[in-house]
Amino acid sequence: MAKTTLTKKINLYGWLFVIPAALFIFVLNFYPMISAFLLSLQSGRGNNLKFAGLKNYARLFEDEMFLTSVGNVIIYLVIQVPIMLLMALVLASLLNDPKLKFKGVFRTMIFLPCATSLVSSAMIFKSFFSIDGIANTSLIALGILEGPMSWLTHPIWAKFVIILTITWRWTGYNTVFYLAGLQTIDRSIYEAARIDGASARTQFFHITVPLLKPVILLTTIMSTNGTLQLFDEVRNITNGGPGISTLSISQYIYNLSFMYNPQFGYAAAVSYAILVMVAVLSFIQVKVGNKR
Amino acid sequence: MKKYQATSILKYVFLVIVCLFSVFPFYFMIVSSTNTSVDIIKGRMFFGTHLFENMKTLASTVRLGNAFWNSLRNAIANTLASLFICSLAGYGFQIYREKGKDTLMGMLLLSMMVPFASLMVPLFRMFSQARLLDTTIGFILPTISTAFLIFFFRQSAESFPIETVQAARVDGLGEFGIFFRIFVPIMAPTFAAAAIVTFMAAWNNYLWPLIIMQSQDSQTMPLLITGLTAGYTTDYGILMLSVTITTLPTLILFFTQQKRFVEGVLGSVK
Repeated sequence: MAKTTLTKKINLYGWLFVIPAALFIFVLNFYPMISAFLLSLQSGRGNNLKFAGLKNYARLFEDEMFLTSVGNVIIYLVIQVPIMLLMALVLASLLNDPKLKFKGVFRTMIFLPCATSLVSSAMIFKSFFSIDGIANTSLIALGILEGPMSWLTHPIWAKFVIILTITWRWTGYNTVFYLAGLQTIDRSIYEAARIDGASARTQFFHITVPLLKPVILLTTIMSTNGTLQLFDEVRNITNGGPGISTLSISQYIYNLSFMYNPQFGYAAAVSYAILVMVAVLSFIQVKVGNKR
Repeated sequence: MKKYQATSILKYVFLVIVCLFSVFPFYFMIVSSTNTSVDIIKGRMFFGTHLFENMKTLASTVRLGNAFWNSLRNAIANTLASLFICSLAGYGFQIYREKGKDTLMGMLLLSMMVPFASLMVPLFRMFSQARLLDTTIGFILPTISTAFLIFFFRQSAESFPIETVQAARVDGLGEFGIFFRIFVPIMAPTFAAAAIVTFMAAWNNYLWPLIIMQSQDSQTMPLLITGLTAGYTTDYGILMLSVTITTLPTLILFFTQQKRFVEGVLGSVK
């Protein structure tokens, strides 16, 4: 009897430890999520809002800016995420080789971009690819380009610059995860495979990739989630331009809420579109990941 | 044997190319902050003598000290507050583990799936009503408690022997006493790792300050950088100098604390 009262009292203390953190998450995450939904059912300008039912959601499907931003983000996602994750996997398996020399130096240099902010990396790459930047200067010097190329005002090349910037910033970050995953794999598996005559390529696709599946799933979900919310790079490299050809969904929400005459209700509806996309894509990835 | 050597050389060539690609932007950033805008455009890739000049121009066009101090204050306050709230919770979830708390933890983990983009509009409205725009409290509140950090501390508390807790209770130490006097000192490396990633995230945060830090007085470094490109022509020398100044603190943290940084990035994935 005495024991149960003691554990009860201790248990009560336990709640004191967790409640502040839980309250912050409820008030600053779950509550705004619900209020965003209620807001998405209203329309109007500024704080002058009226109940509009599902009108905002119907508007999404006719809004060319919204549809373009979704298309842009899907292009970033489909091109950038697989290239980056494959690169990270290859780098991690090279770095995991016990015979590799200068491993520490290589590793530090590959992780290095993680130490910079998205805004800084955006500014550096923007300078590289500005009309008088070093990309043009060196490509002209090498004879690849005849005259300066206007990278950031070309709808496709502007996307290329954004994809390059994201890849530079995040490849090392993902390599960290794969390297940690690889270090849990028993080296003797590779020894055995080598004795059996498996090539490096076979080892990569038949040992490394399957054993790293949980980590690959995690990084895929994180990268997808991050790309769907892409903001800093787009705003600072192209500001969505030329026209709206690089606009991301997050930037569209930002523009709707903070740039012109704010349309908070409609912005909330767009933000729910991101929420649904994140949820659906994560769900699909978990399902596909668990099946294989 | 020859073939093996060839692939081995290829491996190094590939790694060196990747590393050059990885490091070059940093080199460019630092070198350019010592050159004039004209030299940078001409493609000058070596250290120049214009650093002092750029510094003077930068200091006279923007409020550098003000922005640096704002960034530093916000990031430090954010780190201390987050570490305090989240380590308490992580410890609580693990040491006083029972069904109810596990359910709550599961709910909190759901918040990791909520994109910040879908919270920014309601958060901005809440914060402007509460008059928290342009304040440090306003800066830190949305990231003060994250499921990522709570989970990180919960996983680390797993390695903290429950016998220690029981022995300390017998010795008459209170529940919070055990946390502050035994858990925190023993887990110092975990706290360091958490501090580094939290500090870096807060220092580099852009979207949230862009929304709430509307006055010049509360401007942070990332906002200052983007302000420099708002004009008609960009002075690349002072732009790269401000990028270098913003990157330097995190770069120093990275080089001196790389092991902790990696631990923090990995969080509870092990």
